[in-house]
Amino acid sequence: MNLGFTSTEWIFGTIILDRLNEIHGFQVVANNLGNFAMGAVLTLEITLFSLLIGMVLGLIAALGKMSNNQLIKFVAVAYIDFFRGTPLFVQILLLYFGIIPLIFDATPVQAAIIACGLNSGAYVAEIVRAGIQAVDKGQMEAARSLGMTHGQSMRYIILPQAFKIVIPPLINEFVMLLKDTSLVSAISAHELTHTGKMLYASTYQAVWVWGAVCVFYFIMTKAISMLGDWTERRLATE
Amino acid sequence: MIVVKNLHKSFGKLEVLKGIDCHIDQKEVVCVIGPSGSGKSTFLRCINRLEEAQQGQVFLDGEEVTAPNADINRIRQEMGMVFQLFNLFPHKTTLENVTLGPIKIKGMSEEQAEDIAIKLLRKVGLGDKDHVFPAQLSGGQKQRVAIARALAMQPKVMLFDEPTSSLDPEMVGEVLEVMKDLAHEGMTMIVVTHEMGFAREVGHRVFFMDEGILMEEGTPSQIFDNPQNPRTQSFLSKVL
Repeated sequence: MNLGFTSTEWIFGTIILDRLNEIHGFQVVANNLGNFAMGAVLTLEITLFSLLIGMVLGLIAALGKMSNNQLIKFVAVAYIDFFRGTPLFVQILLLYFGIIPLIFDATPVQAAIIACGLNSGAYVAEIVRAGIQAVDKGQMEAARSLGMTHGQSMRYIILPQAFKIVIPPLINEFVMLLKDTSLVSAISAHELTHTGKMLYASTYQAVWVWGAVCVFYFIMTKAISMLGDWTERRLATE
Repeated sequence: MIVVKNLHKSFGKLEVLKGIDCHIDQKEVVCVIGPSGSGKSTFLRCINRLEEAQQGQVFLDGEEVTAPNADINRIRQEMGMVFQLFNLFPHKTTLENVTLGPIKIKGMSEEQAEDIAIKLLRKVGLGDKDHVFPAQLSGGQKQRVAIARALAMQPKVMLFDEPTSSLDPEMVGEVLEVMKDLAHEGMTMIVVTHEMGFAREVGHRVFFMDEGILMEEGTPSQIFDNPQNPRTQSFLSKVL
């Protein structure tokens, strides 16, 4: 079995692998690929669930901020202001150690998802609001003139167009969120950064361990941007 | 069919409509002419309440459109509107632009709505463009789709807000042609326009508006050949 390599390449490859195997840091990374992968999967899980919460909250908060009802507007603005105006790291600590225990007994991962979701929602809200406002005013008028309610016009006309506008900033938010989940390692959620911390603490291979962590993060963020490009292309109507 | 009583509208301190009174009969085509900023478009938009008038009333078949508890979404189904900038839904095909209202508002089945839509698109000369997105259409084609979209709701009256003002000159004719057919079929129409030829040929009555006031109204020949109001005279001397 030569996997399509020529014998020369095969020999070179084997030599390089042998040389690398003599480096301790490489061994640490190679022997812990499974742990890194598990950490990465949890990172992805936290990100996806947070994003889901963030999108729902963001849409509600965006509509709330544009509402004519002063109370709804106030609540939405207060929510957005608080979560954009304070550090995510502090929010994670406040929620995990302070507020969530008052309500229920959360695992670090659950707390991480709640904190990141709440934080992301505030940013998504502003993205969605900008997207809705970027849709031409005439679209709402045309929809209303046909006899649609405000809600129907939003649902069938404004939001689908706003969605297309917000894909690039939303993908950006998705990438930021994935990277920001590294902060939840502080509450011992065993995601990718936490995996790195543990491994570094037992091996002191800073360059190899943290380098590997970076590679894993990069693979995930790159995959998200590619997904974004694909979605944009698919939704193109011009 | 449409009765307007003492309609007032201000934007901030700017008084755009200073008390409009008029009535439009069934199957009548009324063309509203006048200089820019005279309140023509605002007048039209107050009729289906895209703008809320501060004072005055609008009635459609005896029902008060401007009443606070009026079911405006139902009333708007009976008043089709065509905009200067088309306002087609860019994320929908031309067919979907036309079927969306009947399906989502009237709860019509998709097949039935498509039947109607295809017929309307053929009527405006775009039967072959049903699966095209608006971005691939010319201005004149877009406006014809917009007319089909409004007609799909089977309105009692059509409001046209400068339907040809943003078109290249060579496309004005095709849109006016569709509107002319509509008028001949007996559709009640209010047309805000700068196309004096259309107003004269197709209009049953012409309204001349200036500074938020309905200065003069009459048959096309009264307005164009024998205007009484000095303002009408001066406006027409500039545009004809």
